[in-house]
Amino acid sequence: MDKTKVPALDIMRSELGRARGLGAAKTGVPHWWGQRVTAIALLPLSLYFVASVLILAGASREAMIAYMHEPWNAVLFLCLIAALFYHLSLGMQVVIEDYVNNEGWRLGSITVIKGGCVFLALACAVSVLKLAF
Amino acid sequence: MKDVREAMMVGRNTAGKLVRRPLSPFMLGTAYKPQMSSMTSITHRITGIALGGGTVLLTLWLVCAATSDKAFSMIQAFLASWLGILILIGFTAALFYHFCNGLRHLAWDTGRGFDLPTMHRTGWIVIGATVILTVGFWIVGFLVW
Repeated sequence: MDKTKVPALDIMRSELGRARGLGAAKTGVPHWWGQRVTAIALLPLSLYFVASVLILAGASREAMIAYMHEPWNAVLFLCLIAALFYHLSLGMQVVIEDYVNNEGWRLGSITVIKGGCVFLALACAVSVLKLAF
Repeated sequence: MKDVREAMMVGRNTAGKLVRRPLSPFMLGTAYKPQMSSMTSITHRITGIALGGGTVLLTLWLVCAATSDKAFSMIQAFLASWLGILILIGFTAALFYHFCNGLRHLAWDTGRGFDLPTMHRTGWIVIGATVILTVGFWIVGFLVW
């Protein structure tokens, strides 16, 4: 081994970035996979949703209750709601992280959006269950 | 400089003059002409956000159906009004675009279709499919209504 060579560490991050403690928050990979898996799940589920909307266009409340009373319809709607709102919260997070530069606004808006997604998802799921039972 | 991170935001232009590097939404600024790549990309985001707004309508529809006959007839009447139909046409167009362009993104995730001729071709296919699916949906929609 050449003793005149200074051992070097291959650190790809900038010195400034290291000093500031910035860098990967270690949540990028689950986020990426979550977005893709829900996207693939939503391919058949959104087609099912479009078909359901056509079936229920102008329907009476009785027809709506009868539709959700079918176990498969209730289950598919619950799957749709879960995948849809998870996909939405991940997507909105990326949009906010890209365009909102102020840290306070970014943190605040992501919290509000994610909380809103949970709220709407629960409202949808409870309504589907109430129609189903 | 207000923040030390801004030290990384300085670069030189071709004339050697010090300039601030542009921030992320610069693909749509003065530096680039509208292109198939940037336009389909930003439309994917815009339709995604619009569909996010659409989920509020989906929630209202389901909650009203679960609440009472009165509430459900109110939301059904709104959806059947000209404003409701207009919103629903926008919602279905956004859904079909996001669906088709999402397939394009999933193909890219497997490493396929990055060359420019393919990217342009799939872009036009997405635009065409969105129009066909949206028009088809509403033809069927008005027939079954």
